[in-house]
Amino acid sequence: MDSIADKKMELAIGRMLRFGVILSAAVVLVGGIFYLVNAVARVPDYTTFHATAVSLHTISGVIRGVRDLDPQSIIQLGILLLIATPMMRVVLCIVGFSLQRDRLYIAISTAVLGILIYGLARGGR
Amino acid sequence: MNTLMFSLLLFGTSLIAGLLGALTGLGGGVVIVPALVLLFKVDLRYAIGASLVSVIATSSGAAAAYVREGLSNIRIGMFLEVATTLGALLGAYLTAKVSNHAIAITFGMVLLYSAYLSMRNAPEDVGTIQPDPIAVKLKLRGSYSGPDSVVSYSAQHVPLGFGLMFCAGTLSGLLGIGSGAVKVLAMDHVMKLPFKVSTTTSNFMIGVTAAASAGIYLFRGYIHPGIAMPVMLGVLGGSSIGASLLVKARVATLKVIFSVVIVALGLEMIFSGITGKI
Repeated sequence: MDSIADKKMELAIGRMLRFGVILSAAVVLVGGIFYLVNAVARVPDYTTFHATAVSLHTISGVIRGVRDLDPQSIIQLGILLLIATPMMRVVLCIVGFSLQRDRLYIAISTAVLGILIYGLARGGR
Repeated sequence: MNTLMFSLLLFGTSLIAGLLGALTGLGGGVVIVPALVLLFKVDLRYAIGASLVSVIATSSGAAAAYVREGLSNIRIGMFLEVATTLGALLGAYLTAKVSNHAIAITFGMVLLYSAYLSMRNAPEDVGTIQPDPIAVKLKLRGSYSGPDSVVSYSAQHVPLGFGLMFCAGTLSGLLGIGSGAVKVLAMDHVMKLPFKVSTTTSNFMIGVTAAASAGIYLFRGYIHPGIAMPVMLGVLGGSSIGASLLVKARVATLKVIFSVVIVALGLEMIFSGITGKI
């Protein structure tokens, strides 16, 4: 096992994770400020479950909402960026294992990425 | 209550949960769901959605620090993530099939178990026994610099560990938590990995596991921006403060207090689930 290559990969992953979390938190914060400035006086009823509007639970809906500067859509964009952060970590691992020509772990990481994409594709329609 | 007040109260509660979670090593996510459901009367599904988002944030934030120390094992983590992400898909699928009562009762039991586990001491690190042949094939081993020498380790009982990880993933997807307690159990009790390696690798895996079910949650409309926003920012802020404080002396007392809170919330969740209040 090439420990220097592993170390490099770990450092790159650490930087990427930090960047992803800070970026998504910043987007959620901006959306949150807009949301609270424009907030209706009364808290919506959260005691019973109604699925969020289509514009808030699909990727295309969120993107359209962000274009219209809808505060809740901006928050959802931040959350989508957050979900993408661990996925990027797996992508980075695939790159790292490719550089090490570790076929077994390229296959394992690709399987994990496939499962993640499946989850998001089912969710993101 | 107006929206600003509601958001600030949620933010404050999440900040405290994140802070205590980081200081005690129990994670903040585990108390967020009961707090939202029992104190704020939020529907269980919204609570689970918001909690899962905060879990991804804290796991990724903490993992950034851990990987720099070189304690987490990327290969072991990646291999076990095959099990946890598949489990997470199953768990997220189950949330729509299982009643809120059953989820609340399961949640309560996981809380009680987490509290029990946190009260035990870290097990002694065992020396290298005969390595599992599967572990050799899959390169599930590594080393780290200990206090006086380099410690080498190799995973034991790989199939059982993999199976337990699938269960951990299912619980994570069903309850919107990191289920770090089950992951650590699988890694240090079954696979006999050193405690430091199993805790940091488990944290590293939590984000990927949660990301697998988060897409499904989002599509089902469980992730409500009005709830997820203050919860995510609060837990993230609290856990960042907690990680930078590192007050070692008081942690033991804090751990007892936090465990008592977790036990109380666990019993309340089970009670509410049985009596049909949730």
